[in-house]
Amino acid sequence: MDGLLALYIFMLAAFTGYEIIAKVPVILHTPLMSGSNFVHGVVVVGAMIMLGQADTPVQQAIGFFAVALGAANAAGGYVVTERMLAMFKKKEG
Amino acid sequence: MTMPIYVQAAWFLGALLFIFGLKGMSSPASARKGIIIAGYGMLVAIAGTFFIPGLQNIGLMALALALGGSAAWISGQKVKMTDMPQMVAIYNGMGGGAAAAIAAIEFAKGDTHSMATTVLAVVGALIGAVSFTGSCVAWAKLQGVLKKAHRLPAQNAVNVILALVAIGLGGAMVAMAPARPELIFGFFIVALVLGLIVTLPIGGADMPVVISLFNAFTGLAVGFEGYVLGNPALIIAGIVVGAAGTLLTQLMAKAMNRPISNILFTPMVASGPGEAITGSMKELSGLDAAAMMRYASKVIIVPGYGMAVAHAQHKVWEMTSILEEAGVEVKFAIHPVAGRMPGHMNVLLAEAGVPYDKIMDLEEINGEFGQTDVALIIGANDVVNPSARTDKTSPIYGMPILDADKAQNVIVIKRGKGTGYSGVENALFYTDNCRMLYGDAQPMAGEIIQHLKAMG
Repeated sequence: MDGLLALYIFMLAAFTGYEIIAKVPVILHTPLMSGSNFVHGVVVVGAMIMLGQADTPVQQAIGFFAVALGAANAAGGYVVTERMLAMFKKKEG
Repeated sequence: MTMPIYVQAAWFLGALLFIFGLKGMSSPASARKGIIIAGYGMLVAIAGTFFIPGLQNIGLMALALALGGSAAWISGQKVKMTDMPQMVAIYNGMGGGAAAAIAAIEFAKGDTHSMATTVLAVVGALIGAVSFTGSCVAWAKLQGVLKKAHRLPAQNAVNVILALVAIGLGGAMVAMAPARPELIFGFFIVALVLGLIVTLPIGGADMPVVISLFNAFTGLAVGFEGYVLGNPALIIAGIVVGAAGTLLTQLMAKAMNRPISNILFTPMVASGPGEAITGSMKELSGLDAAAMMRYASKVIIVPGYGMAVAHAQHKVWEMTSILEEAGVEVKFAIHPVAGRMPGHMNVLLAEAGVPYDKIMDLEEINGEFGQTDVALIIGANDVVNPSARTDKTSPIYGMPILDADKAQNVIVIKRGKGTGYSGVENALFYTDNCRMLYGDAQPMAGEIIQHLKAMG
């Protein structure tokens, strides 16, 4: 990827992350930390790309490990966040 | 490698849904919808990846997804709300480990890259590996597997030397790319050990901030590896989380009045004897406590982690309802670091059914303690210690606290006479208007409920 283009993406993404959190009430800090933990579970996509190109047993083993860890990050992060937020919902109104 | 348009579209849609989802999670009303939207984003991104032309090892991939995903799904469903922080820590560590492993394959393949790509791959690998082992230590500490803070002699020097060695090896990998396998192996070992050594001496009270920091680390690692892979979805998701996590870490550290550098490099220990505490602890019976609250006009409850581990939140809410029926105004005061993560206590109270308009932040409630008849402190300690305001030698000096000592009467439900999580003696317990109610929070709340019911 074009290095400078990536730099722009880095910058805009950093601002986006900052803005999203800046105005969040304290009661949502834990769910939001958990939710952002889920979002970086997208690393599983990168792990799949690498495993998809792995051509030696060592690379396959590391790739397998990476996909399993990434999938655990995504699945675990989702379940935990959803359970926390489910409790907020029904108390409203 | 250029990807076909439908794969690119799936990733783009994934990134878009992540940002919408996170935005939704920033307000209580839309929070649940937010995580579901982000969840769809993840499914779309993963499904799209399967359509990369020439993808190998698809069977292995499906197996790894099924194994990792189902193990985490089941453990996430089973974990108790009180144990949530360590689960977040361990899932986060796994993400960091995955990012480091991606870099490891890149290095092992030894494809020629630009200098910038190799540098970011090394940096991502380093912070991903540190986040992996560091998060595992954080999990072990909160889970109670590791009980003590292990401190090496000259800990800070060891940290710095290990970090320098890791950076040096990383630099060598950039200079000599493609690097030899021994060098790659050595680099990862040092990075993994660094995560362990840095986290081991950190005390349990500081752990929430550390988990949040590692969360930000993993985000950055994912973002950098996303650059290496030329995948904008990974870059965007990773950097958004990295930035959000950094801000969240700062907010938490500020709430504890402990700069992040202090948390990482200075242990929280009682420095010297501190100012002498005068007075004595005075006991109270459950009946007296019930009567004091029943005939009060305003009660503020300060719950701490002790209430959560005793699973007393349901009983406490039952007690609150009885008091409210009797015409007593009851509010809950939550310190920013009550529980084990900011907002953790709110989650636990929400689980027990406490409506969130009764739950007040530190800034909202601190002015009200002066007009309060009874402050009931359940399993909280450091967050109500007035030494934080007055005693400059106290290790928690300067931490914003809940001014429970300004209430007319203070009742403390506490298991024993021990000190709080930080190991600091609490001057509040010795003041004249404070009474101690020794016992486990759940049976104690039950006893108070019995007395309240008897009073009608």
